[in-house]
Amino acid sequence: MMSGSSRAALAVLALALLALYAVPLWHVALIAPQYPEGLGFYIWVDRMSGDLQSINGLNHYIGMKAIVPESIPELRFMPWALGALVAAGLVAAAWGRRVALTMWVALLAGGSLIGLADFYRWGYDYGRNLDPTAAIKVPGMTYQPPVLGTKELLNFKATSLPAAGGWIALAVMLVGLALILRERRLARRVT
Amino acid sequence: MTVDADAAQSVYVAPGDHDELYAFMSGGFSGNVSVYGLPSGRLLQQIPVFSQYPEKGYGYSEQTKALLETSWGFIPWDDSHHPQLSVTGGEQDGRWLFINGMNTPRVARIDLATMETDEILELPHTAGSHASPFLTENSEYLVSATRFSVPTVQRDVSIRAYKEQFAGVLSFVRLDPEHGRMSLAFQVMMPGFDYDLARAGKGRSHGWAFFTSYNSEQASTMKEIGASQADKDFIAAINWKRAEACVAEGKAKTIPARYAHNVMDHSSGVATTHMQASSVMLNAGDCPNMVYFLPTPKSPHGTDIDPTGELIVAGGKLATVIPVHSFSKMIAAIEARDFDGEIGGVPVLKYEATIAGEVQNPGLGPLHTEFDGTGHAYTSVFISSEIVKWSTETFTVVDRVPTYYSVGHLMVPGGDTKTPYGKYVIALNKITKDRYLPTGPELTQSAQLYDISGPRMRLLLDFPTVGEPHYAQALPAKLIKDRQVRVFAIAENNDPYATKRVQDTRVQRRGTRVDVYMTAIRSNFMPDNIEGIQLGDSVFFHVTNLEQDWDVPHGFAMMGNRNAELLIMPGRTRTLVWVPQRVGVYPFYCTDFCSALHQEMQGYVRVSERGANVPLAWNGPNGTLR
Repeated sequence: MMSGSSRAALAVLALALLALYAVPLWHVALIAPQYPEGLGFYIWVDRMSGDLQSINGLNHYIGMKAIVPESIPELRFMPWALGALVAAGLVAAAWGRRVALTMWVALLAGGSLIGLADFYRWGYDYGRNLDPTAAIKVPGMTYQPPVLGTKELLNFKATSLPAAGGWIALAVMLVGLALILRERRLARRVT
Repeated sequence: MTVDADAAQSVYVAPGDHDELYAFMSGGFSGNVSVYGLPSGRLLQQIPVFSQYPEKGYGYSEQTKALLETSWGFIPWDDSHHPQLSVTGGEQDGRWLFINGMNTPRVARIDLATMETDEILELPHTAGSHASPFLTENSEYLVSATRFSVPTVQRDVSIRAYKEQFAGVLSFVRLDPEHGRMSLAFQVMMPGFDYDLARAGKGRSHGWAFFTSYNSEQASTMKEIGASQADKDFIAAINWKRAEACVAEGKAKTIPARYAHNVMDHSSGVATTHMQASSVMLNAGDCPNMVYFLPTPKSPHGTDIDPTGELIVAGGKLATVIPVHSFSKMIAAIEARDFDGEIGGVPVLKYEATIAGEVQNPGLGPLHTEFDGTGHAYTSVFISSEIVKWSTETFTVVDRVPTYYSVGHLMVPGGDTKTPYGKYVIALNKITKDRYLPTGPELTQSAQLYDISGPRMRLLLDFPTVGEPHYAQALPAKLIKDRQVRVFAIAENNDPYATKRVQDTRVQRRGTRVDVYMTAIRSNFMPDNIEGIQLGDSVFFHVTNLEQDWDVPHGFAMMGNRNAELLIMPGRTRTLVWVPQRVGVYPFYCTDFCSALHQEMQGYVRVSERGANVPLAWNGPNGTLR
């Protein structure tokens, strides 16, 4: 069994994930000379916000499909997955077995990885499946945005980084890992 | 006069940096307002107000035409003189700019977040809205007066009956505190003088308004001579709170009037005209203790109130001193009933009873005065072409500096408020002669910027202005810079002819009227091929700019159209009417370079003979033309 303090900490971690309903997970910033004020969009657990209309307007020149949040099923599904993750954390805290803690942290890490992989897949599709009749065609050029980091896309510099929600999820994961290590040490001391 | 070596440094605004102040200059006979940056003197924008402005389609598009309606019909021009920024508590609040149209008496309200004209109110029983528009301390009222006295109400009488039949009317326009919406509250009928300029009181003189008048001789011809005989004319001091009370007591009459009230609806972007049929007229003599005449030498022009509200400074075009009246002395004289007769029921106060001092040797023809908030006044002097700086404590001249040439108004940013910004004074000159490269017989108008932060005034810069810069106002950029609208939200566009999605583009015929519901977005018009138009049709292009991005207006121009172009801001709809005159296929295109494929942003309309067997067709998601 986990120590009482670890169980309480796990419950707090699970509840901390509720913040992801209120803040965006990821931010993609686009920098170009004509946009000194900056362009970009945020990915939330259930929606996208920012300058999508402007970005779509620009992307049509290179034949990229319009980003329409309503057509992305993940945005309908993710709020439920997040809710399930919070509930699982609370159940694990109540149950109190060490394996439950490990499984929950693994679930969070796995879920995050799947999310990033999915982001990559969407980016791949948007960036490479271009309309062959597009006005601007640069041989060999694709426009897949980076998942993490910075990339030059014609006149734009695209930078993709976690937003507040992404950092919170990462912090929860790291604290969860620390809890696992702590519980291991405690377990060794007891035996 | 030489310019200091560091003058250029004082006005240099490095590329990419912003000016410290916005200045709004009247466009004079251009009818509009131009926006400058200070201290650089860079022209930033022109705001069309009273004059049609083809480059923006202002007064040409169906949505904006109504702004130029008057009781006389559509009048596409006026002569704008005095910009006035809205105030709260006697300080600039950065909400609206008002300006008068002198010729067909009107006042306009410009929204400082969009820099567009939102409202124009015609003033009845007025002929030459010159003493206009000046605001009371909290923008409760906009005051205005007629420059030319006329038979009131207008009728067919002999001009020689001037003294008996002509009257001068002061107008009090109420401003709605939330939206700035104007409504004519009441008017005051005064003796038939020429009412020239005005200011409303502030601080201790809050509740009063002051109007200069000349031609108290009541000459009707050759006023140059006839109106220049009397040694003194008058400032009319009117207690508008008392006027309000008299109106409330029923001392005013509702009389017939014809005037237009034109209002731009913010959400639809469509202006409408409301014709009005009456006004509330209060006879000066019917409301005792409301209005008094202050004798003032000679043919006074400007009347300006110092930041405390105590000093009422007159300019006298033909005067050799600057007369300064004291508000508290005026009140004391009124209480003591220290009168010297009356004119038309208006008591005349004694000059000695109200005068606080006379500034000696101000130069020839002092006109207008502004203040720096540190006990100094700056008066423009027309004939001797200079600005004189004098102390409001001692009434003595402390500095003088030449202007090039013949300064009319002058302006200290915030110089008419309780707390002047006070770093610069701008001379608004009537004549430029040799100051710039000559351009034929017509030369540019000009403004000059002086530094007044030190003990001596220093000339920093000359810059050309658009039209005649009568008066100007300026405010710190930080008051309004961050509130500038970048786009209009397409979702909130309530124009009845808006097309918010490409899927909704269409062409509809109703008899000989054809409505084209068109969208514009980089870099196409939809539809861009239209057939089935016939000679005798009127084609209404309703173009909605779908962009929601800053600095992406689209233009729309139709070949052979006897109208103008459209310049459509992001999220807005504008309508242009085209009456095709010849059979053929004619292009339209985007006039505002919008993108790399701007040149491709174009389309065609096919025009057939009347009754031709060409069906109405267009391309697009709902189009029939493939």
